[in-house]
Amino acid sequence: MPDPEQVLRKYPHELSGGMRQRVMIAMELSCRPDLLIADEPTTALDVTVQGQVLTILNDLVRRLGISVLFISHDLGVIAQLCDRVSVMYAGKIVETAPVARLFAEPAHPYTRGLLQAIPSLDEERDSLRVIPGIVPRLVEPPGGCRFHPRCAARFAPCDRLVPGAVEVGPGHQVACHLYGKPEAGKRS
Amino acid sequence: MTPVIEAIDLVKHFPVHGGLLGRRVEHLRAVDSVSLTIHPRETLGLVGESGCGKTTLGYLILNLLRPDRGKVLYRGTDIGALQGEALRRVRRNLQIVFQDPQSSLDPRMLIKKTVGYPLEVNGMARGEEVVARVKSILTEVGLDEEHMYRYPHEFSGGQRQRIGIARALITGPEIIVFDEPTSSLDVSVQAQILNLVKELQQRHGYSYLFVSHNLSVIKHVSHRVAVMYLGKIVEAAPRQALFERPLHPYTRALLASVPKPDPGKRHTLGVLSGDVPSPVNVPTGCRFHPRCPEMKEECRHVVPSGVEVEPGHWVACHLYSPEKSQRSQKERFDATRP
Repeated sequence: MPDPEQVLRKYPHELSGGMRQRVMIAMELSCRPDLLIADEPTTALDVTVQGQVLTILNDLVRRLGISVLFISHDLGVIAQLCDRVSVMYAGKIVETAPVARLFAEPAHPYTRGLLQAIPSLDEERDSLRVIPGIVPRLVEPPGGCRFHPRCAARFAPCDRLVPGAVEVGPGHQVACHLYGKPEAGKRS
Repeated sequence: MTPVIEAIDLVKHFPVHGGLLGRRVEHLRAVDSVSLTIHPRETLGLVGESGCGKTTLGYLILNLLRPDRGKVLYRGTDIGALQGEALRRVRRNLQIVFQDPQSSLDPRMLIKKTVGYPLEVNGMARGEEVVARVKSILTEVGLDEEHMYRYPHEFSGGQRQRIGIARALITGPEIIVFDEPTSSLDVSVQAQILNLVKELQQRHGYSYLFVSHNLSVIKHVSHRVAVMYLGKIVEAAPRQALFERPLHPYTRALLASVPKPDPGKRHTLGVLSGDVPSPVNVPTGCRFHPRCPEMKEECRHVVPSGVEVEPGHWVACHLYSPEKSQRSQKERFDATRP
């Protein structure tokens, strides 16, 4: 933060979005926590300012040895910052893997769909792969696997049985019937 | 090819009241001397960070806001000079899809009414004819006919945006301004809307002005791209040229700041220092100079003018100004002399 002495004497409305988020980071780190939960910390910021804030946050937590639960819908940010990734859909974690593995070998159909649905700066595609349908309302989530109504790979057990997490590689778990047995005794 | 839209030297400033009793008046310079053209069947992407004037520029082009200076020509006609019936007749060709489908649909209006209203206002259809047109347009945007008897709250965000698109299409427009149409949507749903937008253009030959802060989205939908910074267009080029050979330091920084969804290619994200300045206190000279890594003395004082560096590729930056390149050529020439 440039000129911190002067910033100390200011009210939040006098600061820019990037500065406010920096103040938040300072607050959270001031008592040296073991865990920092960062909930979409840069979604409200412009991309050039987001870059600055993420760089600061990343440098600080790595230097201080703090663990971070980084919550984001931006796969680019996740790819650049995180070590491990859990993918959540309609209230359930469907896949967890080391970051390189998740992007290289996504196992769950939802993760695959998500990775193909983002337009990329590095490649040309005429039309984007789409996950059909809409995100279900959590008041009455679909039975069985919650992703089954939108899943192109669904088969017999998907609408009846909740899939359990299966290890498909080192540190890589996926909850999908394509890879294993249903969660013992769980039916819906 | 004659452009469908030609915006010439548009200026829009908003007064901001400050100081004791609000007597001090400053000006928020939202759009400052902007010219652009949109060709038939073309998508012009307009990209820039929040508050840079993208939305204001979109509104000016549709004549939803009146410019302080400059004009907008629709097929050669100055739409600012039109009134009454003549203006209404032009307006049905110019439509907009808003950013937030939640607040741009009346919660107490049936979809039938919302989507059919533009037809009634413009006296283009009545009664059963409206219903028939609403039905067909809903199917066209991927909704069901029965959806017309529902209210906005019964739909998901993506479906609401389809309704917004249907409302824009129903008058059979020629130009549609999309103002960040997917920024409030989930990525999996965003892809559906972007595909729909492209398909509709291929089917009907619409021209689009597509406003977004998301560079990947802009790259995906646009044929040409204009980059805006603090009320000015700093660079404009065909899509490929802009993404492969960005010239303006701001465009380069913008491209470099987008986090790549590839953990194997980790890159520096904080390439630019400083915040976007307030459009009320615009820096002198080149507006980007306080943040520019290649800032020179003249950038502080002289506003750079636009230069066409290669066919269709415009940039407003002193690095490329013609006097400058002539001078450096001369210097090079002098240096090679014995």
